[in-house]
Amino acid sequence: MGETVASIRDLTMRFGGAEDDALKGIDLAVETGQITGLVGPDGAGKTTLIRILANLLPPTEGSVVVLGGEPGTNRFDLGYMPQRFGLYEDLSVIENLTLYARMRGLPQSEWDAAFTRLLDFTDLARFKSRLGGKLSGGMKQKLGLACALVRTPKLLLLDEPSVGVDPVSRRELWAMVEQLVDEGIGVLWSTAYLDEAEQCEVVYLLNKGELLFAGNPSNLTDEVAGRVAVVTGFEGRRRELLTRMLDRDDVIDGTLQGRSIRLLFDRPAANDAVVLDLDDGSQVEPARPRFEDGFINRLGGGPDGTSELARRYRMIDGGDGCAIEAKGLTKRFGDFTAADNMDFAIPYGKIYGLLGPNGAGKSTTFKMLCGLLTPTEGSGAVAGHDLRTAGPEARRSLGYMAQKFSLYGDLSVRQNLNFFAGAYGLSRGEARNAIDSTIEVFDLGGDLNRSAGEMPLGYKQRLSLACAVMHQPPVLFLDEPTSGVDPVARREFWTHINGLVEKGATVLVTTHFMEEAEYCDDISLIYRSQLIAQGTPDELKRRAQVVAPRLQAPTMEDAFIALVEDRDAAVEKAA
Amino acid sequence: MERLKAIIVKEAWALLRDPRARITLFVPPLVQLLLFSFAATLEVKNADVGFLDLSGGVQSVEILRRLDASNNFDEVRRLRSYEELKSAIDRQEIIAAIVFDQQFDRSVLSSDPATLGVILDGRRINAAQIVSRYISEVASSVGMEATSARTMHQPSIARSWFNPNLDFIWFNIPALACIIVSVSALSITAQSVARERELGTFDQLMVSPLRVHEILIGKIIPPFLVAVLAGMVFVVAAPIYGVPFTGSILLFVLGLSFYALALGGFGMFVSSLSTTQQQAFLGSFVLTVPIVLLSGFAAPIANMPEWLQPLTYIIPARYFLEMSLGIFLKDMPLSDVLGLLWPLVLLAIATLGASAWLFRARME
Repeated sequence: MGETVASIRDLTMRFGGAEDDALKGIDLAVETGQITGLVGPDGAGKTTLIRILANLLPPTEGSVVVLGGEPGTNRFDLGYMPQRFGLYEDLSVIENLTLYARMRGLPQSEWDAAFTRLLDFTDLARFKSRLGGKLSGGMKQKLGLACALVRTPKLLLLDEPSVGVDPVSRRELWAMVEQLVDEGIGVLWSTAYLDEAEQCEVVYLLNKGELLFAGNPSNLTDEVAGRVAVVTGFEGRRRELLTRMLDRDDVIDGTLQGRSIRLLFDRPAANDAVVLDLDDGSQVEPARPRFEDGFINRLGGGPDGTSELARRYRMIDGGDGCAIEAKGLTKRFGDFTAADNMDFAIPYGKIYGLLGPNGAGKSTTFKMLCGLLTPTEGSGAVAGHDLRTAGPEARRSLGYMAQKFSLYGDLSVRQNLNFFAGAYGLSRGEARNAIDSTIEVFDLGGDLNRSAGEMPLGYKQRLSLACAVMHQPPVLFLDEPTSGVDPVARREFWTHINGLVEKGATVLVTTHFMEEAEYCDDISLIYRSQLIAQGTPDELKRRAQVVAPRLQAPTMEDAFIALVEDRDAAVEKAA
Repeated sequence: MERLKAIIVKEAWALLRDPRARITLFVPPLVQLLLFSFAATLEVKNADVGFLDLSGGVQSVEILRRLDASNNFDEVRRLRSYEELKSAIDRQEIIAAIVFDQQFDRSVLSSDPATLGVILDGRRINAAQIVSRYISEVASSVGMEATSARTMHQPSIARSWFNPNLDFIWFNIPALACIIVSVSALSITAQSVARERELGTFDQLMVSPLRVHEILIGKIIPPFLVAVLAGMVFVVAAPIYGVPFTGSILLFVLGLSFYALALGGFGMFVSSLSTTQQQAFLGSFVLTVPIVLLSGFAAPIANMPEWLQPLTYIIPARYFLEMSLGIFLKDMPLSDVLGLLWPLVLLAIATLGASAWLFRARME
């Protein structure tokens, strides 16, 4: 057992004007020698809690002890890395470090030793004189961490250090923090990624300001032990089967994993294809429960499998043509090539994923295909309309959902719906029908006059989807659609998407979120502006096993990392 | 048409529902209407003057009586000594002091040159000059009457056309219609694209089938209506201030419309250039100041240095200021209005065209 460096008892936080408490009766302790996870979807209250510990917010009620005193007493022993770390983009790596060393009062005699140690630790020594603004997302986070560690703290507060960081950098960050823990530092790591929770010794799971679970993550997964099964080897379409399974009363959650389906039951899993009414070749095998299963179980399970949105959607018959086509798409900004010779063709009724680290070129490719960027070379087409010659027709046949909420926050829900119905050229009658139907499907009736910006996150996401599909487009563009939302909302979202795809719609999704990648029929892995691998999730996993034979039953993330590393090795060998 | 309607309605709501936009919409015109009409007066009222009368005659009393009777001064105060005069000016109790010397009365009656001492507070130079003018007008008319029996001197008679009482509010209201319209039209259009960029809705707009001209028209129309409305407030408010509106309302609205469009073009240009609302705000501020200064509102264009004058040709306020004053005060005829209208039409076409070009160029 380590020393307790921060403890919170019965903490409540209320913001003026807010309907609900931001935090309700929270108890928490951070000990040295282990990583304490603060886990929860966006808007759960993670940042508020960390800001209270860092003495940036006074709590409404409850007691907070940090490093043996009131928050703010032993400031030199506290390291804090906010979500958007205050790096100076116009200063170099070493200048940023020097600045923080001065600010945190590190004696000048110790600078050299500290900088050498930190640059070595973060592997940034090569980039010492590079400007902060020119670093990649992962490198920025590492530099941020280094700045927070200029004076070795006793307590380190990390507010979502891994957000926007690709899996490779994410693993490196994690390894760095584990090393710190071994040196006797207490670490509070907040994250919206549930897979990170399993790597923590102690987890505090927050949801809507309430503590849903506290303790070792295995305690939560034990609650669903024996209730998880994976179905493989079935005939027919996987999405259809998933829908059928989710509509069963005993199944409370289900996800796609390549060609297999993972199910969570509300009772010990039926390991029997007959009970589940599956075809002969199917196998049902028990699987190890995950933290997310426990979370969903605590939330009372996910939604049913049938999407009301999809049921009302028109049938899309694209024939044999391609829904989306990229032919040698290339984009250069000055002498920097952001996307190099992208080639793929996506048939109707498929989900296609663009997977890659931040800054690799997946967003550039995505933006060229939805008409936001003009390609330097090559051409793209959506639903048969060439983006160069028939831009407006192409844009009319696509629905777009941005990563960030990007509807009009000052406009009411109804005004947003009206605008998008009009912008997509629906006639008055069509618009009325589409809006009425949308309100029913997404249960927006009670909030029509509310400003869209004031809605809870889950509702904002529903509204974004609603606005994107009101004109029933054959093609949908989704940019990291479900990062940061709670797992139930995420299931609900994918239930709709799966349903739409069954109706013949095509979906192009960019993501570095591995679970979203599993929903894809086909994936393009984009790395350093190039398309380095293409195939189904299962094919990519197999290929990863070829380049990295040590991998046993790799996850999508393992496959991603293996393929990227293989590429790096090949490039180094060539050079 | 459905698309255009949708974006116009959306832009109008964005204007009305955004608390910040709402403030720029209503507060500046109202505040300026009140402030400029009353505070920016060029007359001197409510000032006190003092006098030190060493002559003890009737002529000085007559001058003081007339000064007291005019409503330009609050109080005409008797001072007892030079020391008192000095301290009263020093403490800004009076803006000017009149000194009648011992010979004053006698000089006036004997038609010798009579001298009146006027001491002015040079710290308040504008007001002091105006006061000095009042005093000498009064003094010379008194002197004239006292001597007119004996001389055939005919004083000049000044008469101001179009503003017979030289009432400054008659100038202010039509001029303000021009200035305030420029402030609100510029600041509102400048926000429109920048707001979308800053809040991240720009991409969402660009992937919709809306075409660039639809987006721009949709974004210009609500600020255009606001600007025209703001201009019309002055036409409606004019009678309250006792200012006549002698010309054609139709011509005024026509001129106002093209004026608002030209300004909207400038604003849209700034907005297309800006990535944040802050930049747009600064940009519109940077434009507003020269527009006001070079319009002829603060100083006549003819008084500006030669090299500066050509620059005023691209200032829309230059044309509309003249038009507004003309239509309000002298029933400006159609031919003159048209002479000022065509530059506005050209400016509107040029600025809107330039902003459409810039918008396209900066779409990525």
